[in-house]
Amino acid sequence: MILLILLGVNLAATILLAFIGDRKRAPELNIICSGATFAASVFLALSVYEKGPIISGNGFFFVDAFNVYLAVLTAFVSMTTAIFSRRYMRVERSRGKVGHKGMRFYHAMYQLFIFAMLLALLTNNVGVLWIAMELATLATVLLVSLYRTPAAVEAAWKYFILCGVGIAQALFGTVLLYFAAERIFGEGSKGLLWTNLSAVADRLDPTVLSLAFIFFMVGYGTKVGLVPLHNWLPDAHSEGPTPISAVLSGLLLNVALYALIRVKVLVDGATHSHKAGYIMMVFGLLSILVASFSLLRQKDIKRMFAYSSIEHMGIATFAFGLGGPVATFGGLLHMLVHSLTKTTIFFTVGHASQMHSTQEMSSIEGLIKGNPLVGWGLMFGVVAIAGMPPFGVFTSEFLILTASIKNAPFFTPFFLLGIAVAFAALFRKVMPMAFGKVPDNQKPIRVAYVPVIVHMALILVLGIYLPTFLSQWFHMAVELLVR
Amino acid sequence: MNVSFAAQLNSVLAALILLTAFGLLAQRRIYGLLHIFALQGFFLSVSTAVVGYSAGLHHLYISALLTLTLKVIVLPYILYVLIHRLRIHKEVEEVVNIPTTMLIGIALVIYSYHLTAPIRELSDFITRSTLAVALATVMLGLLMMIIRKKAVTQIIGFLALENGLFFAATSATYGMPLVVELGVALDILIAAFIFGIFFFQIRTTFDTLDLKAMEKLKEEE
Amino acid sequence: MTKDIYPILIESLQVVTVLVASPLLVGWIRVLKCWSQGRSSAGVFQPFRDISKLFIKETVLAENASWIFRATPYIVFGATVMAGAIIPVISVDLPLSATADIIALVALFAIARFFLALAGMDIGTAFGGMGSSREMMVSSLAEPAMLMSIFTVSLVNSSTSLSQMALVLTSNPIVLRPSLAFALLAFVLIALAENGRIPVDNPATHLELTMIHEAMILEYSGRHLALLEWANMMKLFLFAAIGIACFFPWGIALKDNIGMLPAAFILLAFKLALIGVFIVVAETVLAKMRIFRVPEFLGSAFLFATLGMLSYFILE
Repeated sequence: MILLILLGVNLAATILLAFIGDRKRAPELNIICSGATFAASVFLALSVYEKGPIISGNGFFFVDAFNVYLAVLTAFVSMTTAIFSRRYMRVERSRGKVGHKGMRFYHAMYQLFIFAMLLALLTNNVGVLWIAMELATLATVLLVSLYRTPAAVEAAWKYFILCGVGIAQALFGTVLLYFAAERIFGEGSKGLLWTNLSAVADRLDPTVLSLAFIFFMVGYGTKVGLVPLHNWLPDAHSEGPTPISAVLSGLLLNVALYALIRVKVLVDGATHSHKAGYIMMVFGLLSILVASFSLLRQKDIKRMFAYSSIEHMGIATFAFGLGGPVATFGGLLHMLVHSLTKTTIFFTVGHASQMHSTQEMSSIEGLIKGNPLVGWGLMFGVVAIAGMPPFGVFTSEFLILTASIKNAPFFTPFFLLGIAVAFAALFRKVMPMAFGKVPDNQKPIRVAYVPVIVHMALILVLGIYLPTFLSQWFHMAVELLVR
Repeated sequence: MNVSFAAQLNSVLAALILLTAFGLLAQRRIYGLLHIFALQGFFLSVSTAVVGYSAGLHHLYISALLTLTLKVIVLPYILYVLIHRLRIHKEVEEVVNIPTTMLIGIALVIYSYHLTAPIRELSDFITRSTLAVALATVMLGLLMMIIRKKAVTQIIGFLALENGLFFAATSATYGMPLVVELGVALDILIAAFIFGIFFFQIRTTFDTLDLKAMEKLKEEE
Repeated sequence: MTKDIYPILIESLQVVTVLVASPLLVGWIRVLKCWSQGRSSAGVFQPFRDISKLFIKETVLAENASWIFRATPYIVFGATVMAGAIIPVISVDLPLSATADIIALVALFAIARFFLALAGMDIGTAFGGMGSSREMMVSSLAEPAMLMSIFTVSLVNSSTSLSQMALVLTSNPIVLRPSLAFALLAFVLIALAENGRIPVDNPATHLELTMIHEAMILEYSGRHLALLEWANMMKLFLFAAIGIACFFPWGIALKDNIGMLPAAFILLAFKLALIGVFIVVAETVLAKMRIFRVPEFLGSAFLFATLGMLSYFILE
């Protein structure tokens, strides 16, 4: 029941906003719908917390500690982003960047995107998971090209083609998975339900599952933005409207990684080896290194943080590849704190580039003097994302590092190198923007205070102390993932 | 129709699908591409129906019908209308070095055969051997998207790739569950509308559908 | 005693068939072509008259012609007749068939072509050299494709001997085989190219910019020309015969079964007549392609042949 409300609100909002998304009060409606989704997700989480995993809708939906935490995160961040988007899109509209049709489209697709992500998270059917992932891509493709600049259209096309091709590989993986399952379950949907699959994981054919994992890795790995499949990501994340950049970086990457982890559990069960984990570790490490060195060369502020997202997804992938309770715990925490921190950064970056009417970092200066919240918010976010204590990212990276030293000491130096380079690069680029005098081209705008402050508070809290319910929750999720 | 004849027929259809995949790689004219693509969809649909008949699975008929409407009628029609509206029906694409492309294509077919070998040994379906062709079709679609530089041809490559996926589903598992097939078809339909919009966006922004114009977003040195 | 003579009888019958039937096939094609273009034809026996006329005529040799130029017509004719003795046309019971398999057969044709190309260059005229270079280009592309296509058929029948291949194919039930379909497609394309038919070359013209085969034999006259022309007709016939033996052998006389011979003859005539119709239709529908496109044409033949081989492994 609660599941239907959770998904239905978004779907209804999609249709409603497709017609009235350009009205004066549409942003508020967008916020209310996202808020309702968030409330529903909290209820769902509470019932999972109390009663354990839920299977409903004839096995169509499956909610356990792992996906419900991501669902709550998705609903929460989509709500705060909707709040941010109200002020942000108002400025964009007043500057004539988006018209009536654009606003309707923007709001409708925003809700459809959230719906697709929640469906991907909550469904039990591996095939439907794929469909939802594809839907999430399709919903955001035209949002990336919303401004119709040459760069935006090019970025959207790249996003559409590369992700379409990538995710097609995942469908092939799904076919192979179903092939392996059909030998046990026979015809029908039963063979694609994750709960059934994980119950018989050790009876699935290991060769087929290994092959399937390669395809899943390439497919969902493209969506996670892992190097060398990351080409679309910096473009798509930098050319679209900033709220979309925020949810793409903060949420969609998580959902794609979620899909990959779900599959990895099955593959590990079938092959009784750590092969899949090693593949993920290599991809993760490569992403960390390539992305952190790419950070050094960036001139566009959103593009730079898009690379930072690749780096952090690399860290999370590396953590899940490592396996083991500590690394998995760290990975789960990392997905959470990265999501919160990166969206904070994108909120402030969005306002900063609106204040200067450019995304070129060389033209952005004096943010703290110009608008303390934006300036300090950006500094705060960068300090946090770079992995300084006492923020959440530090905790998760520390956990992953400890596990890495213990289980994969040869990988650890590279891991540390990547983090160090990213740290240096981010600070070198961000300091001049935050400090200094207010330049002539800076114009004051009305910024969204609430989401930035709420996120900052959460990140700080998560860094200093992990609430018991949250850590228990993570422990439940870890138990599901580590066998 | 006995089983061995169905298997033979299916092999022939698989070979024809492979042939159309190569045809797409070599064809320069836009209408030619469209026709080959429609033909591929038709073979796919017939093959699905044949498998459905020989295995006695009726949901495959629905899947075949779905393929027929979507891949043979709707998508080629949408593309046809788009091509006409955009006035690019006379364009001939410069395709360099077809022989090399073909050799790469052949290598991909062999590679697909190698990859699917373990599955062929496990399966006892009459269609098991066509899985290699399905994977090869996917790879050839990928190859086409890499070597072609026009928006429309890239899309046709993408759709051919999806054909390969459908074929894989039929040959490895006698089709995915219906809910998944329908969902995938829906996604493809949405994708079709999106690329339709895209063609116009690209055209109005760049004055051409040649993707060579899109070279702005690169890593600056 | 009589049993031992049968194979020798059949062998000589076959050679005679090849010698006689090949001008007939060419004559038939010309007749069909005339009909299709609304002209009145000279009859199917016109090639015989052409050849006998050439035999009577005086042979003119260029001053600087070497022994290669003089020997080439005999080598080409000899090699082709030899090939004609190996390919099962009317019966699979050929004693000479054991001496050479299909790979050696391709080599026999290659020897003929090699000397023809040498002879084309021997005199030193521009046309001869041009024709030779073009011929070598075409054959260097056609030969791998030809072997690929033949290998596919050999794989299907697990033998490289043409007689054996025909025997296996006729004695097994008919099966739909994509590999054979691809191989046939490739073979048709190659046969068109190897015999200088449209769309690769036009046998009816002496247009200097496009001719290939005609350019090489431009300097020949008299009995030399007669031999070369005859060998060329036999080559067309033999390619048709290879095609029939590899892909449609049904009806060919089997071992020790001399009673099947009359039926085999009638069926052969029927198949050849059909091939003639096919060639004429193809030549009417198609236009000759530019010589730069020939590599692409033969490349696609190679592709088909390879696909045939792959589908043998993958699908069968």
